[in-house]
Parts: sequence; C-alpha cells; structure tokens
Amino acid sequence: MIDVLFSSLGQLFTVPHMLYMVIGVLIGLIVGIIPGLGGIAGMSLLLPFLYGMEPSVALGMLMGLVAVIPTGDTFASVLLGIPGSSASQATVVDGFALAKKGQAARALSSAFLSSMMGGLIGAVVLTAFILIARPVVLSFSSSELFMLTLLGLSMVAVLSGKDVFKGIAACGVGLLVGTIGMAPATGEFRLPFEIDYLYDGLPLVVVGLGIFALPEIIDLLVKRGAIAEQPCQLGKGWKEGVKDVARRPGLVARCAGIGSLMGTIPGLAGSVVDWLTYGHAVQSAKDKSQFGKGDIRGVIAPESANNACACGAMVPTLLFGIPGSGTAAVFLGGLLLLGLQPGVSMLETNLDLTYTIIWSLALANILGAALCLGLARPVASLTRVPFVILAPLITILILFAAYQATRSLGDLFALGIIGAIGVLFKQANWSRPAFLIGFVLAPGAEAYFYQAAQFQGAEAFMRPGVLIIGALIAASLIVPPLCSYLQKRRPTENSAKHALQEEVAPLSLGVIDVALLGSLLAVAGYMWWAFADLSMLGGIMPRLAIAIIVAACVLEIIRTVIKPMKWQIQTLSQQLLWVAGFFALIASVMVFGFLFTAALFCLGFLLVVARMKPVAAVGLAASVTLFLMGMANLLTLTYPTGVLAGL
Amino acid sequence: MTTMKHTSLNTFKKALIVVACSTLGAISVNAQANDVNVPDTIHWTIPFGVGGGTDVWARFFSTWMSDHIKGNPTLVIDNVPGGGSINGSNLFAMRAAADGSQWIGTSASTQYPAMLQDRRVRYSYNDWTPILATPTGGVVYAQPSLGDSAEEVLNAVTNQRVKFAVQSHTGLELPVLIALDLLGADVQAVSGMRSRGEGRLAFERGEADIDFQTTSAYFSSVEPLVESGRAVPLFSLGVLNDSGEIVRDPAFSDLPTFNEVYETLHGEAPSGPAAEAYRKFFASGFTLQKLILLPSDAPDELIQEYREAAQRFVDTEAFKDEAEAQLGPYTPVVGEVVEQHLQEAMSLDDATRQWLVEWLLEQHGARI
Repeated sequence: MIDVLFSSLGQLFTVPHMLYMVIGVLIGLIVGIIPGLGGIAGMSLLLPFLYGMEPSVALGMLMGLVAVIPTGDTFASVLLGIPGSSASQATVVDGFALAKKGQAARALSSAFLSSMMGGLIGAVVLTAFILIARPVVLSFSSSELFMLTLLGLSMVAVLSGKDVFKGIAACGVGLLVGTIGMAPATGEFRLPFEIDYLYDGLPLVVVGLGIFALPEIIDLLVKRGAIAEQPCQLGKGWKEGVKDVARRPGLVARCAGIGSLMGTIPGLAGSVVDWLTYGHAVQSAKDKSQFGKGDIRGVIAPESANNACACGAMVPTLLFGIPGSGTAAVFLGGLLLLGLQPGVSMLETNLDLTYTIIWSLALANILGAALCLGLARPVASLTRVPFVILAPLITILILFAAYQATRSLGDLFALGIIGAIGVLFKQANWSRPAFLIGFVLAPGAEAYFYQAAQFQGAEAFMRPGVLIIGALIAASLIVPPLCSYLQKRRPTENSAKHALQEEVAPLSLGVIDVALLGSLLAVAGYMWWAFADLSMLGGIMPRLAIAIIVAACVLEIIRTVIKPMKWQIQTLSQQLLWVAGFFALIASVMVFGFLFTAALFCLGFLLVVARMKPVAAVGLAASVTLFLMGMANLLTLTYPTGVLAGL
Repeated sequence: MTTMKHTSLNTFKKALIVVACSTLGAISVNAQANDVNVPDTIHWTIPFGVGGGTDVWARFFSTWMSDHIKGNPTLVIDNVPGGGSINGSNLFAMRAAADGSQWIGTSASTQYPAMLQDRRVRYSYNDWTPILATPTGGVVYAQPSLGDSAEEVLNAVTNQRVKFAVQSHTGLELPVLIALDLLGADVQAVSGMRSRGEGRLAFERGEADIDFQTTSAYFSSVEPLVESGRAVPLFSLGVLNDSGEIVRDPAFSDLPTFNEVYETLHGEAPSGPAAEAYRKFFASGFTLQKLILLPSDAPDELIQEYREAAQRFVDTEAFKDEAEAQLGPYTPVVGEVVEQHLQEAMSLDDATRQWLVEWLLEQHGARI
C-alpha cells in the first residue's frame, strides 16, 4: 500500500500530469474568483475535454480544479461581500468587515494560508480515512444525520448573540423559505403559488447572494464610499495575516478536522461546515465582541474548514459512488466519463488512481494558495476603487451568478425578493447567517427526521451516536452562557462594571423592527391558513417553522416591553429606492434581454451615477458585455432574450 | 447532387458543375450531404445538471453521433436542470426550433410525470420523434437476514413489513414498488433519498431491508455485497424483446425476471390494472430509459439521417466495447422501433391511471 502511495506520487511529478494539474488549478482559481460560479460550473467547463484523456492526468486536472475553488472564492467574499461560492458564506461576515476596515490584505493572506493548511490536513485525513472510512460512514444513519442538522441549527443561538430572539425568528423565516418545494415524505408541493419556479424550492446560490451580497451593495451605494473606509495598507496586512494564522494553530487544526469529517458524511451539504466552524470559533473565543465586525478568527475558521471539506467529500464519492457535495457530484460524472466506476472496487483495482487523486488535492492546495497570495496584492487594491464604479459591474456579476442556478428568470426575481428581506434584516440587525442556516438545514432536517422515524421508529433517538451529538448540542447551548455567568460571579471591580454596562447597554428597537415583527406575524397567520390542506406529514415542517417565527416574535415583543430599550432610528428610504431600482433592472432584462440590459445599465450607471468620463464608461461597459458573451460561449449559456421571454 | 442524370452533358459542362459543387461544398459543409441539410451545430438540451447520469450518457453519445452524422455537426450539450427535468423539457417544448438543429435527451424522470399527468408538465411526447433509445435493466435484492435464498426472502417479505428507501413514490422505483406489491410483499417505501445511491447506502447501513439498483450501479456496488454475503438478489426486471415480451436480462441471465417469479408463485402471468401499470412504467422507464428526441416537425430527411447515423455505429464492435461500461450489455434501439414502443409505453388508459392514483394514496400515502 505504501509503495503504491509513493509510486503514484512519482507519477504526479511527470510533465503532462503537472501541466494539466496547473491548467485545472488556473481554471479553478478563475471560476472561484468569479462569484456564483462554483465547482459545478468549473467542472462543466472541463467535462467536454475529459473524454478519451488518460485517467490519471484527467484526474489531476479535475482535482486541481476542485481543490482551489474554496481558495479562490475567498476574494469575492472578502473584497466584495459576495459569497464566492456556498463554501465561503461564513467568510463574508468577518472577512468583508475586515476589508471595510482597510485590512483586506490581512484577511486575504490569513484566509489563503488557512485554506492551504486546511486542504493539506484534509488530504492527510483522506489518506488515512480512505482505508478505514467504510464502517465510519456507514455508522451515520438517518437519525445521526438529523441530529447533525440540529447541531447546525443550534449555531443560530451562538451566532445571534444578544439579539437572540431576532436571530431565532430569522432562522424560522429561513426554515420556512427552505420548505418551499416538495415535501420529502408525501410529495406534496408547498407554497408553490402555481409558479413553476417555486416547485423546486429556491436555489442556495440565489438565496446566498440575495441575503448577503445585495444588501451589502446597496449599503455601500447609500454610503457612497470605497469598500475600505480607511486606505488599505497592504504591506503590513500581509505579514499580519500570516502571523494571525501562525498564532492559532489549534483553531486551524480543529476546524480542518471538523471540515474533513463533515465532508465525509454524504448528504450533509458542505455549506453547513463553514457555519459550524464559524460558530465553533465564536464559542471558543474568550472575547466575542469583535465577531461580525471583523475578527480574523471568523475568517480563519471557515477557510480552514472549507478546503478540508472538499477533501473529505471525496471519501463517499470514491467509496460509495455517492457525492458528498455538488462539486463531487460533477466529479463523479467525470469519473464515469473516464470509464472509472467509483465504489469499493475502485480502491482495490485502482488504488494508484485513488492516491493520485489525494496527492493532486494536496499539491493543488499548495499551488492554489501560493497563486492566490501572489494575486492578493493587486486584487486587494480593488477595495480602493470608489464603489460607485464597481457597483454596476458587481450587480451584473451577481445577476449572472444567480441566473446560473437554474437559468430561469425566477432566479432573478427570487434574488430581488430575498435581497429585499436581506436589506431589512441588515438595517435592523437581524442575523442574516441565522436565516441562511435555517434555509440550508430545513430540507435536510425534515427529510432525515422523517427517514429516521420511518426506518428506526422510536429507537432512532436512543442510538449512541444520537446521544453523543445530542450532548454536543446541549453543551454548545449551555456552556458558553454558563462560562460568562461564572466569570461575572467572581468579578474584580473593573470587569463587574464592564459586564454591567454590557448588560444594560443598547437593547434597541427601531421602525424596521416593528414593521418586521408585525409583517412576520401577519405572514405567519396567512401561511398557517394556506397550509390548511397539507397532510400531517407534509405540513409538519412548515408549521414548525411558523411556530418558531411566532414564538420568537412574541418573545421579542415581550422583551422590548419589559426591558428598558432605546428607540433607534433606522433609515430605510434610500435602501428601498435601490431595491426598487434592482427590480426595474430585472424588468428591463425581461423586456430587452440580459445582454442589452447589462450593457446599457453599466453605461448609464457609470455615466450618470458614478460620473465617469464617457470614454472610460464605454470601455468598462463594453468589457462587461464581452465578458458575458465569453461566458455564454464557454458555458453554452442562453441568456434571457427579452420581451418577457421564458415566463 | 453530384450524380448526373443527363449523360448528354458534355465534359466541359460536367467539369463546370463539379467545380461549382466543390466550391459550394467548400463554402458550406452541408452541401456535401446527399440532399440533406445537416445543421453545423446541434444544440442538445439535457434537462438535468452536469455530471448526472443523463448528462454523462449524452456526452458519451455526442461524440459517436457527431462522428457519424454527415458533415460531422458540432453537438453542444445544453444543461437545463430543475424540476426533476420537467423545467428543461417544458422550455424545450416551448422554444425548440423544428429545423433539426435542436435535440432533447430525456430519461425515466421525464417520461413518468408525463404519464402521470403532473400538472407542471407542458410537453408531450406526441410532439417529439425519437432517434435512439437506450434500455437499462435492474435487480431487486434484500438483506440476508430475511433468508438465504430468493425463495426464503420472498416468503419472508409477504409475512413481515419491509422497508425500501426510494427517491419518491413516483420516481424510477415506481414499477419496482408495483412489482413487489403484486408479489404480495408488504413494503414500506421511505422516500426522500436524493439518489438511488443514497438508497443503497441506507440498505448497507441496515436501515432498508430491500433495495433496487439499475444494471451499472448493481455491477459496481451491489455485486461485491452479494459476493460477501451481505445481499441476496431476488429478481431482475427483465428486458423487452422486439415482439414486446419481457424476457431475461442478458446482464443477469441467471436471475429470474419478475414475471417468472410471479408465475412460479401464482401459476399464471400477472394481469389486471396493476400488471398493466407495471408494464407501462417498466417499458417507459427501463426499456426506453433514455431517449434522444427532436421536434416531430423537423425535416423528414434529417430525422432519417440521424437515425441512419445511429444505426451506423450501434452494431459496431468498437461501440459495444466502449458502451459496455456506460450502458451495460444492452444495444440501443434506433428509429421506428422506438417510436412504436414509445407510443405504446406512454399511453396510460384512464382505468390504469385511476388504479394508480388510489394505490399510491392507500399503500404509500402519496398524492399525485
């Protein structure tokens, strides 16, 4: 076995292999950097070339691509506040906050370094795991998977901090949005409103972009600054980021471990891993005050996890032929095109290829991180460009990215609507990550609960694995508040005062809060009525979501009534204007088509809002259009052609 | 075009025509084909995501088709995922040009909703003409705890409730569910699996008692289980021969078909609405599992050319060698044969549909 391990390493360093792997890495980086294009799009670019290629070389290329996407997508997350792919959603929270403080380079360099470390740890875990993984993966039955979704949901409490009821309400809304589509138990459709698009449920990419990216863009437009509020000191930030990682080897190792293990469990989406590890970073931190405002640990944790997760996802893919992630699903298709049947036999008959895959993963992680570090300096200077110039380009990019989800105009509308919710949440400080976690976990929680109850009956919840995870959940909910309580109990004078201040300090309420609370209760009432004809099994999850929303809203109202609270001024009119503008843009896409709208919108925005010189504006608008046309060619896309096409 | 009917033409004229023709030919590749105007590019809609079964299948066939159609058109695969292939098929039905430059590749999960009259379906197979269909087979197998041999297991499953992990009650597993019901098995179908592979994983974990896999997945993942005594094969679904009878699957010639098993148990062939439903869904989901189709109003000579192109390679040894891994030991069905089978398979009479609706609700609590 060891000799195969090293002979496959030897093969890795042959010229064609290295060459194709570098091609894979480069494509992966480009795809990773363009927001919304994740591994699935990247794989689709490569698939046509696979046919007839030498398997080991082709695998090198594929793995090069897979390995670096969670590295490259950090650029968009940190610099633009757009989740580059679903694996980097948690990175946005603190990464973008750091960029706004002028510490983009620090965030980037620590992200790349921790990505690389995570990837390497993941590759090591994969090497060891591939030989013993079978019983481990088989021991995760539907009931353990259900408990894992609950563990994910428990992070909501950790992430929403002080505004815990708002966080839970946001999570409830996410859960409700997540139940749109088919009920796994009965095949009933929920909330389709007779719109074809909704039968499938909303795509994660669209929801992620809507809840994070659009509100950030609008916020920056309202403020009219550059992304970085202070000039970016790249030289200093670079070393600082490396030091940040070096100072926290434990965090990196733990998160990479969590990432690779979670990745190996088929069915649990890779998009949960970044939130779980982010939550872990918050939990394990002594000083939690900076999370959400730019804490470097909030970047290091998810970034070490997501690369490791990409490695872990290879375990079920290779071992069982069951993809552990969306990218792995396409990779599986690639294997089949190469004439390789994944499964246990793959390890026996093609052990060398299996190790080639692992070596390529490790090497590509190093290459990818090195390339990204090299690019960090020029790319980070983007944050100094006035945002009004970037805004139209980013908006078009987001539209393009969202449209890749199902290539339906519905993607654009869903983006706008979720974006509007995101704007409200952002202005009133309701936890957007909580919303996303609810959304991501809703289908899994429901399906696994149903399956566990059907397969195992009441025994499902007595299994040792279930109890262990249950204890973990309890610990994650109880230990942090207990710790802070104990700390308050044995105070020195100073910290007592400090704690007291924090206690009394702002429990604020604003006009958006009132509006949100009111409309959520109204919507909940309407939904309860709309769900009346669902069967028991099909309706249980949406009803649960509604119950959570109502309970959280009512508790929030009670809290604001009995506790002292400060009336907070929350402005919204400007934001709403931009949201309206965004819908106008979608309407224009429907009438005039995507390409024409994109070109015209860029030109108009750059001339009128950004007041650029005509020559530069025309040049930029033209290059955006060329980019879109190029992508259409590469990915064989058809954009909406206008005159209400495709409704 | 290059054949001359009028032999009276003199050499000069002949030469002139030849020159003219070859110039035309150089301008447009199309002119080379005998009166057939093959498009330069064929857009092939695959209503599934990249890397899925149908996508890989299409990419496999695109090279073969492109190499054998006159003028070697470029085949561009256009993935339109969503709605379990309904969305992409709807779009194709609405938009596709009828000039033969647009194809669609469909699978069982496109055929079934059309047969069940899913309200989202806005396409009709009557509007489409098939070029080629690929069959697949499948095997039902069970936990060895139910018995050491197929007979013992089949005996056991009539006496106790067994669990079967399915994607949905109306998915690819539908004919298997009907078959097990016909055999008198008390099956509890646990739905919500995202793939047949996840269903197999539930079986391997011991959560499901009974499972089913199509041929290629069976060979790669179930056969090792059978060899190590962790699964007992019960029966195959069989294949449909040219005269429309279900016969033993060449991939599993040792295994009895469902019909054989039924006959041994009951002494006669299955009949009634359940048997009719089984037949239809088996035919459209397995015998014609994946189809290449194009709008029926495409030019006849083009349809003919595509079918001939398919015919040119499906019988070659080179194709069979390469296809073994992708398709199993099955030969694709080409042209008019597909058309007949398709018409037959897709038409579900009202009595059968009514039976199905009630059966799904009663047995599995599922509404359609």
